[in-house]
Amino acid sequence: MSRSAWFPALLVLALALVLAFLGLPVAAIFLDTSPADLVGSLGEPEARDALLLSLRTTAASLALILVVGTPAAYLLATRSFRGKAVVVTLVELPLVLPPAVAGIALLASVGPGGILGPVTGDSLTLQTAGVVVALTFVASPFYIRQAQATFAALDRSWLDAARTLGASEAGAFARVAVPAALPGLAAGGALALGRALGEFGATLIFAGSFQGITQTVPLAIYDRFATDFDAALALAAVLVIVSGALLLGVKLVGRSAAFAGA
Amino acid sequence: MRRLALAALVALAAATGCGEDESSDSGRPQLTVSAAASLTEAFDALKKDYSAADLRFSFAGSDELAAQIRKGVKPDVFAAANTKLPDTLAKEGLVEKPVVFATNELVLAVAAEGAEVSSLAGLERPGVKLAVGSESVPVGEYTRTVLSGLGPTRSRAVLANVRSEEPDVKGVVGKISQSAVDAGFVYRSDVDATSGKLKAIALPAGLKPQVSYGVAVVKGVKQPAAAQAFIKNLLEGQGRAALRDAALGPPP
Repeated sequence: MSRSAWFPALLVLALALVLAFLGLPVAAIFLDTSPADLVGSLGEPEARDALLLSLRTTAASLALILVVGTPAAYLLATRSFRGKAVVVTLVELPLVLPPAVAGIALLASVGPGGILGPVTGDSLTLQTAGVVVALTFVASPFYIRQAQATFAALDRSWLDAARTLGASEAGAFARVAVPAALPGLAAGGALALGRALGEFGATLIFAGSFQGITQTVPLAIYDRFATDFDAALALAAVLVIVSGALLLGVKLVGRSAAFAGA
Repeated sequence: MRRLALAALVALAAATGCGEDESSDSGRPQLTVSAAASLTEAFDALKKDYSAADLRFSFAGSDELAAQIRKGVKPDVFAAANTKLPDTLAKEGLVEKPVVFATNELVLAVAAEGAEVSSLAGLERPGVKLAVGSESVPVGEYTRTVLSGLGPTRSRAVLANVRSEEPDVKGVVGKISQSAVDAGFVYRSDVDATSGKLKAIALPAGLKPQVSYGVAVVKGVKQPAAAQAFIKNLLEGQGRAALRDAALGPPP
């Protein structure tokens, strides 16, 4: 091997390993599921309920994350203040928390016996709203982190120009910063969405598992795994397809918005 | 560079356990035991005193563990919270002949203080919140047996109050101790393990299901003798004592 060729070869080898490792289990889901099983599994009420619940709760959680997370990330990206590093670390902490810890932490804070228990009572635990809370808790850092990085990388001179031309800060945020950051925001949203769709541990511990109320697709898969492996596999395939399609869709929207904005 | 990469690969393989043999540093055989979640306390206590092997446990709902074995996962021993699952696996040729090694008692568990529910009849009141095991896990199956004994009307009233179907009995315990629900059906040993946080309400004798635990050596394991010795210990050795201390009864 010539001196110059080994490094690219190493890169290709590394990528091949990554693809084989990440791709094989996903491929196995589809190789083990016949299309008939896939369609059949969607016909069962338990699966349909789980899928609808997953879509509803994930959409609600993503909406919350976008509406609150975007301005919060903008502040973190455009201001420096005392203790900012601590704030940023706090925001990122759920990224490294095991989901079970997230579930326990939610119980200890907004569960009926938690710190805010007198206020929240049992309005969240074992309720659909509790699923949304759990998803938002684990998924929001994925979006906020990415949004903050995207806003920070924006060319400040655009924002300054907008301000010079008479735009308020709110105007500059809404009409310049957000459109310019859209591809990055979309990528962050896609990550948060994926994390929320796949959430398991925090949901089970905080919200429980009940068909149509709190049993999202990952919980339904776990519930079926013991009794009906093929049905669990079919539902898993559906989740992979839906997640993949959403991820791709959000990315495409972000890209076309970026082209339109440019 | 190539040597470095090779060394990295070898380190990776070692770290992930490729080529690892089944004996631990002390020379004792290593036994992997897939066990029902309700055996957690008894088996963890046993692990400290058990000298014949290095024990590793995987606790979960018995149904999940059985499903893993069906999918080719090979623990040395399978210990379930019923006899149905090991019997079925034996019929399928996946485990050796199972034996019954312990019994337990299904109870209604509530918070030790300020409980909303004080009897089985209290579960029928609208607004009471209940957690049960999912249909496939033994505790969930026993629970449904009890409820069907109540007759269709009362059983429906109780089922209408179910707020969560948990994958194993520890999930039910967690939901009660975190006051997410008012009550749940668990085993007496689980209430014991909460050291006073939960209180057990005994079920009427006529409704009590027979809760027997079956254990079997998984077929095709490398050290069937050590696995067999572990099961023998559960029947008459320290294992029996550990089970008794955790409030599990002897086989009938």
